[in-house]
This record gives sequence, C-alpha cells and structure tokens, in this order.
Amino acid sequence: MNLSRRSTAAAAIAGAAAFALLASGCSSTETPEAGGDITLTVATFNDFGYTDEMFAQYEAENPGVTIVHNRAATSNDARDNFFTKLGAGSGLADVEAVEVDWFAEMMQYSDKLADLTSDEVADRWVDWKSAAATDADGRLVAYGTDIGPEAVCYRSDLFAAAGLPTDRDEVAALLEGDWDTYFEVGQQYVDASGAAWFDSAGATYQGMINQVEFAYEEADGKVIATENPEVEQIFTDVLTASSTLSANLGQWSDDWFAGLSNGAFATMLCPGWMLGVISGNAPDVTGWDVANVFPGGGGNWGGSYLTVPAQGENIEAATKLAAWLTAPEQQLTAFAAAGTFPSQVEAYESEELRSATNEYFNNAPVGEILIERSQAIGVAPFKSVKYFPINDALQKALTRVDVDATQSIEESWDQFVADVAALG
Amino acid sequence: MSKSTPGTSAPPTKERSVRRVAFSQTLSRWDVKISPYLYISPFFILFAITGMFPLAYTAWVSVHEWNLIGGQGDFVGFDNFAFVLSQPPFWIALRNTFSIFLISAVPQVAFALLIAAVLDRNLRAKTFWRMGVLLPYVVAPVAVTLIFSNMFGDQYGLINNLLGDLGLDPVGWHSDVVASHIAIATMVNFRWTGYTALILLAAMQAIPRDYYEASMIDGAGIVRQFFSITIPQLRPTLIFVIVTSTIGGLQIFDEPRLYDQYGQGGASSQWMTITIYLYNLGWGQLNFGRAAAVAWLLFLIIILVSLINVAITRSIAKAS
Repeated sequence: MNLSRRSTAAAAIAGAAAFALLASGCSSTETPEAGGDITLTVATFNDFGYTDEMFAQYEAENPGVTIVHNRAATSNDARDNFFTKLGAGSGLADVEAVEVDWFAEMMQYSDKLADLTSDEVADRWVDWKSAAATDADGRLVAYGTDIGPEAVCYRSDLFAAAGLPTDRDEVAALLEGDWDTYFEVGQQYVDASGAAWFDSAGATYQGMINQVEFAYEEADGKVIATENPEVEQIFTDVLTASSTLSANLGQWSDDWFAGLSNGAFATMLCPGWMLGVISGNAPDVTGWDVANVFPGGGGNWGGSYLTVPAQGENIEAATKLAAWLTAPEQQLTAFAAAGTFPSQVEAYESEELRSATNEYFNNAPVGEILIERSQAIGVAPFKSVKYFPINDALQKALTRVDVDATQSIEESWDQFVADVAALG
Repeated sequence: MSKSTPGTSAPPTKERSVRRVAFSQTLSRWDVKISPYLYISPFFILFAITGMFPLAYTAWVSVHEWNLIGGQGDFVGFDNFAFVLSQPPFWIALRNTFSIFLISAVPQVAFALLIAAVLDRNLRAKTFWRMGVLLPYVVAPVAVTLIFSNMFGDQYGLINNLLGDLGLDPVGWHSDVVASHIAIATMVNFRWTGYTALILLAAMQAIPRDYYEASMIDGAGIVRQFFSITIPQLRPTLIFVIVTSTIGGLQIFDEPRLYDQYGQGGASSQWMTITIYLYNLGWGQLNFGRAAAVAWLLFLIIILVSLINVAITRSIAKAS
C-alpha cells in the first residue's frame, strides 16, 4: 500500500527536481513550435513495474512524444499531492496514478478528470475493477492497472527449524481454513521457535478487513465503522492474537524492513505487489517462499488506476498513453518487473502469466498461484469517501497496542471511536 | 504642443520662471519626504503580497467551511476555532511543540556557547574548525532526519543496540512521548548547534580584548573570565539567538514529519506538533477551514511568545 516515508523524501526531492526541469523545459521549447513535440508526465508511486524500456518503446513508436516518469514512494504522498493540485486546478501530471483506497474520495470530483470511455478498452478489465471507475454519469474516468490478490509468504528455513512443513503445497494445506487456523498454526510455530509468526497486527488486520463488504460505510455512505460489530470483533481478534504472534513491527517502518531479512517473523500476508517489496528489501535471504492459500478464502489488497486529469494540456495524447500502459501486454511486462498482478481479463489467458515463476521465491509458480488467488476473491469491499481516513485512524489504534504497547485493546478502541467522531 | 521646454524656446515671462522654480522646489521637497519610503517600499510591497495577503486570506478561509478540492462552503463564524480548541489533539500538539522546543533550545544554546568559547581561543587551523562546526548545517534536514530516525529505531536501531550492549533496557524512541521528543530535539540540535555557535563566536570576537587582559592581571582564570566577561557581553546576541530559535522551534515540521513512516506524529500523537496537526487536518482530512483556524491560532501563539520575549529583552536591557 505504501512504502516507508524515509525513501519518500529522496523520491520527493527527485520528483521536485524533475518537475522543475520539466517546467523550465516546457516554457522554453513548447511555445515556439506549435503542434510539435510534446512532453507527457506520468506520476506513479511505489513500484508500478513501469520500466524505462517501456517508456523508450512508446517514445520510439510515437515520434514527438517525450515521457517523464515521477515516482512518489508511498500512496499517502501521492494522495496528498493529487488532491492538493486537483483543488488548485493545475500542476498535476498528464497521467496520474491513484490507489484504490482513496479512489472513492477522488470519484466525488470525477468531473475534474477526463472521460476515458472508448470502445477499444470497453471489456479490458475484470468487471468490478472498471465498474468502480465509472461515475454516476456513466463516464469511465480511470483505467485499471493491477489488483492485489493475496497469498501467504513464509520463510521455509524458519518453518523447517520449527518442525513445520516447508513444501509450498504442504504449507497451503496446513494453513487452509479460517483466520483461527492461521493463528493456531502460528501458536505452534511460536511455541517451537520462540520467534514471531507474523510481522504486525496492522498488516494482518488489513487482510481480514478486506474480506468484509461493508466495513466502515454503508452503501449510502453512512459511516458505521464504530458501531459495526464485525470491525470491533476483527480488531479485538487480531490484537489478541498479536499479543503472542506478532513481531510488533509497524508496517513500512525501518524496523519492519530490517525484519524482512533478519527472520523476526515467519509469515506475512502477500498481495502480488508485495513479492517485489520482499525480494527488493531482503535480497540476501534465501528462505522466502509463497504458498497458494489465504486465511478465510481470498482477498484483495490494493491495486491502482491511471487517470487523466482534465486540467492537462495534452489530454488526447495522455489518454492514448494511459490506454497503452494499461493494455494487457504492458501490464504483463510490469508484472514481470514488480509483481503487479494484472486486472486485465485477457492477461489471465496468456501463457506468459500462467508460466511465470519467481526465482527469489524458490522458483514458485507465482503466475499460477496469483491467478488462483484472484479467482478466490469473494468480496469487493465497499470503499466510500471516508474509507481512507477511517482506516488510517484504525491502523493507528492497532499501532498503539501492537507496536507502541502504550494502550490496552479497550482504551485504543475507545480512542478510535473518538477519532472517527472528530472526522465529522 | 511644442516639444521644446519653456526655458529655451521663448523668452520666459516672470511668472513662468517663478512657477518653474517653485515646481522643482516642490519636487525636491517630495524627494526628501517621500523617497526614503520609496526606497524601503519593496520590502513592504513584497511583505504585503507574501505575508499580509496569505494572512488575511487564511483568516477568511478559517471562518468558512472549506474543502481542499470543493473549495469555499458556508460561512460558519468561529465554529472552526471552537472545534479545534475543543479537540484534545490540539492541546497535545501544543504540549509537544513546547516540549520539543525546550528540549532542543536549552541544550543547544548551552553547547553552542561552549563550542564558541573553545573556538574563540587561539587554535591551530582556526578556519578548519570553524567551518567544521557549520558542516551539519549544510546537510539537508531531510537527510539528517532519515539518518537519525534509522538510528533511533525501536527494535534494530543503532542506539538501542548500543544500550543493549551496555546492559540497559531499550528505549521506546517511537512509542514513548519524552523519548520521541528527545530524539527529535537531537536532530534539531545536530543541525543548528554549529550555526548558533558561529553567531555567538562572531559576537565573542567583538568583545574588547582589554577586558580579558585586565582580568588576567587581576588573576581571573578561564572559567571566571567566561562567566564574568564573555556571557554578560553576549547578552544582545543571546537574545537574538533565543528569539529566532523560538520562532523556528514553534514551527518545527520536517523532523517530526519524517520521524516515522506515516508522518502524522505517531499513533498516539506522541510527537505531533501544531504544524503536523495543521497538515493532517488540511491535507489528510482535506478540511481547509479547520486547518486555517489552527494556522491562525499558531500565529497568535507566536505573537504572544514574541511579546513575552520583547518584555524580557526590555527588562534585561534596563538591568544592564
């Protein structure tokens, strides 16, 4: 969902520098030769898997187009930037990436985005992905990039030391079941090894809440987060389990990144894009593997879209670029680069995806595993305008108990209730 | 009309020449009266554009419902102020801001004084040492924060590892209120101590050497000289340093914002300062009306603290 703020800073500086260069570049070159060369900016965050080669290929196929790619480190930073400049009416990139968690917030202002509807892309995505990007007037305002079907990543070397099976099919069989099963096996591991089972309460909670259709808001937008017994139950369950099973590492903190390599925890929930995060941050660890299983059925975590803000000057060219970037072929390249699993129906048929393996994860057939995991997704969680701030407040509540250990479960829940009330 | 001036083209009548003299006199009178204001006007014009206008506009925003994207909503009077003042996070943010300010400013001035006193002695390679203390100031605050927050990691950070080697319990740098303030104050001090030291050094060099020679003849040691000559002579500079660090300290943002991965001041707002609270309201919740109210409250607080500073300055000036 979002990477460490540490790396954000570097990226923000790099991004600002790129913008400055671009701004000066535009003013000097664009005006004299009307209808000549154009520069398109693409703003993404985390790692979408868009490689320089991809952009070079597009530039070669479309003479006169220069692409500048700015990457923010976290989805939070991208969100701040997106809304600030959407409100200001200028300054956004020609193609802006948006994340599913704040997508509903953005859809309130869909009239500030270009209509991207076209026959060419009509049936490109899985239904729920494109339905979410269509506004009340029937305009398609965003092209889907990836989805986040979740599996379980585990350390086979730590499993072996604790006397648990190491083969990924056996691990899948072992963890098959609901969250209680996952926590029970975890208790066995903790008893045998003395180390932690999962990384943090926050990440585990995210997997659980994404299986609830109406968690924080009802279909009409009414906020029910604090009265919904399901939310409080999951909150209590995950924190109760965390008292013995969690490594107490705040997700995306420096300690958490260190934990990826030093064996602080044996399993973590793994959306497709997480594979790239693990292999990128723990390159020397050989034990990571991924099992075709997810507690409680299936789940989707994250996934993004590309939009074309209406304030841009080259909307037509930008739409063409966005359509190209989200075409199945390009998404497959991105998947190979960063593990961002396609939301494009056609990609699932491709041999390239089906036969994809990941060397880092002990040559796991990640293509096949993630296709099956995406088919197991039963619920598309409803995320309306208040989803992002409420989930933020809840993650803080989890952190207070799991990472900071400054409050009890009840105290933290009470503060969460007050925090949500203050969002008013 | 004729382009030539009256003086050269036609024999001037008496009244005309008188009037011409009178006009140039008027001009020169204007020159004396108005010019000084014109010369200093660029600052005030710039200040009006970059200072007064945002201030007034923020006040306008703060009495409305105002969404970052949706823009202006209904007029709500002082509701935004009432809301902010009724929120516990605002008071926590106020506490944090003053706490971090005090923990950073007091040791900073003390250390800077000490460093400046040492640099004021006759050292070899004087310039090298003087540039050396300024080095941390050259490092971007973002870079300082990245390095320090890694060192202050709760479980695998360098400092807690060292404490562990010494047989001490690890400190919850990101969970405990006071510990997180100390960590952030450390970053501020790392960056600013050298800068402050150089300002104090410049003031120290302006102290007449005769005082020191006279005191030496009277038998005063280095320590006695420091407390009886250096410190009293530094008073005006010390006040300047304290006033500027007050204003900077109350607006502290970079360090707490980059201290953890979320940048919202901690799960229980342990190190959430007023500026972070303002940012969370304005850009997290997209509520510009409330954020503007916080901005104005911060402005009033800074004015209040500055007035206290002025009062202290006056009383010290009278005392000396």
